[in-house]
Amino acid sequence: MVDLRVKIGDLELKNPVMTASGTSGFGEELAEFFDISKLGGFLLKGTTLHNRDGNDYPRMAETPSGMLNAVGLQNKGSDHFINHTYPKIKDIDTHFIVNVNGSTIEEYVELTEKINALDKIPAIELNISCPNVKEGGMAFGVNCPAAEAAVKAVRKVYDKTLIVKLSPNVTDIAEIARAVEAQGADSVSLVNTFLGMAIDAEKRIPLLSTITGGLSGPAIKPLALRMVWQVSQAVKIPIIGMGGIMDATDAIEFFLAGSTAIQVGTVIFKDPLSPLKVLEGIESYLEKHKYNSLYDIINNLQM
Amino acid sequence: MEKAVNDFVVIENAALNATNFRLKLQSKTPLPGIRAGQFVNVEVKNSNEIFLRRPFSVFEVDYKANTLSLLVKILGRGSKKLTEVEAGEDISLVYPLGNGFTMPQHGDKVLLVGGGSGIAPMLFLAKDCGLPPENVHILIGARSKEDHIDTEGYKEYGTIGFTTEDGSLGVKGFVTHHPWFAEGLAGFDKVYTCGPDLMMKAIGKAAVEKGVFCEVSLENLMACGFGVCLCCIEPTKDKGNACVCTEGPVFNINSLKW
Repeated sequence: MVDLRVKIGDLELKNPVMTASGTSGFGEELAEFFDISKLGGFLLKGTTLHNRDGNDYPRMAETPSGMLNAVGLQNKGSDHFINHTYPKIKDIDTHFIVNVNGSTIEEYVELTEKINALDKIPAIELNISCPNVKEGGMAFGVNCPAAEAAVKAVRKVYDKTLIVKLSPNVTDIAEIARAVEAQGADSVSLVNTFLGMAIDAEKRIPLLSTITGGLSGPAIKPLALRMVWQVSQAVKIPIIGMGGIMDATDAIEFFLAGSTAIQVGTVIFKDPLSPLKVLEGIESYLEKHKYNSLYDIINNLQM
Repeated sequence: MEKAVNDFVVIENAALNATNFRLKLQSKTPLPGIRAGQFVNVEVKNSNEIFLRRPFSVFEVDYKANTLSLLVKILGRGSKKLTEVEAGEDISLVYPLGNGFTMPQHGDKVLLVGGGSGIAPMLFLAKDCGLPPENVHILIGARSKEDHIDTEGYKEYGTIGFTTEDGSLGVKGFVTHHPWFAEGLAGFDKVYTCGPDLMMKAIGKAAVEKGVFCEVSLENLMACGFGVCLCCIEPTKDKGNACVCTEGPVFNINSLKW
């Protein structure tokens, strides 16, 4: 029996497989396919203080080995989450993590304080990297002073595990990671989507209502892997790696590059059972290679 | 756990005309109950260009043979690739997805209007609705005679009418030019439709004017099909931006902001 447990801040995960925010709803949707308590963690859909309708249709464009999205943080707001969603999921035996969004630092702080009051939410993922909103979002994640200010303000009001989700749309992601580590982040998760664009040549129109959107899927895996590697060389806090993971082999590559846990995202749209398949495959890999613990392969790239 | 991801075996992939194929698939496990209007999300293998599954309304279900059929109309690279699938191959489906049409009540007279690949759920509904054939009218619209598939087998479920834009079969023009519309939907209690948005909008408008119950089945672009990607949204009066995959694909015309 291999030991799949990992630690992220104060959070002890029974295994390193989580779902990525925005690809797995609020739990109930995937629970129609499998027992989600088998997962190490579950990142809930991006939440904001108040209701957001999101962007106009069309919000999605298929691209080679991936897709662009421009959902724009559609969600029913924090009160709806607290009163309607939380009671339904709080007793499921996995770690539910709220993906916290805001257009101002005050909004990030206010939402964090509300989530902090929920006993069964042991961590938040501070999203300073959403590319699909006009205000806030990625603006906080693309330069060090803005990222520092957001993390500092949230850290002041939040004692549980604070994960900061980083944007890949920067010149030097290691620099941003160092900055948020210095402000007390317990972990960084990376990467959010890459800003991209798709055009219909016949109609001569952009395929997304917002013109640009976030690219995800296997198309971004080599880029994400490179960024996880760079960040792992720069910080001591654990990294949660993601970006185009389709199967267990992809996940293993992220562990070798320095991730302590991983998030399975866009592949869920293709196969809702994929988080389970990735988990089973990681276990088989470790058994096959006679490792006792997942920690034996984390950051264990042979050079 | 009401939804599943499973491999089906391709029993038949037959061309019905130049642009429409019928893909008949057998489940390896007993099929769940599937209602007209529900859909499946089909994996398209062996292509880097095609990353996402393709959603299709269920066309026919045979619980005895444990098969379901899809009507595949060639619209883009995904549907094109699916026409190349051969009998004996495995094909992965996520199913059953979405909500079916509201079933008519005993004695209702219904009009089912299909355009393009939207005829699949309409023909399924004709079989599934449980009404005697004299209460069912099926209207099928297309550009030309060549675009129509053979619907002889559906005559036992209702009266079938055709329209074509070039006049090569049935009434010349759009479905709304057919006498059943021209006569103000007289005698119909419920109208159901699936097809191009413009067609459904025209039908919805006519139904609202006459105060006739009307349900439409939408075909918005989607990634997942089960409510997590939030890409296939349609603005509604009662539920904000609703996911077509989980709140629909069938909507009452009065809940849409058309």
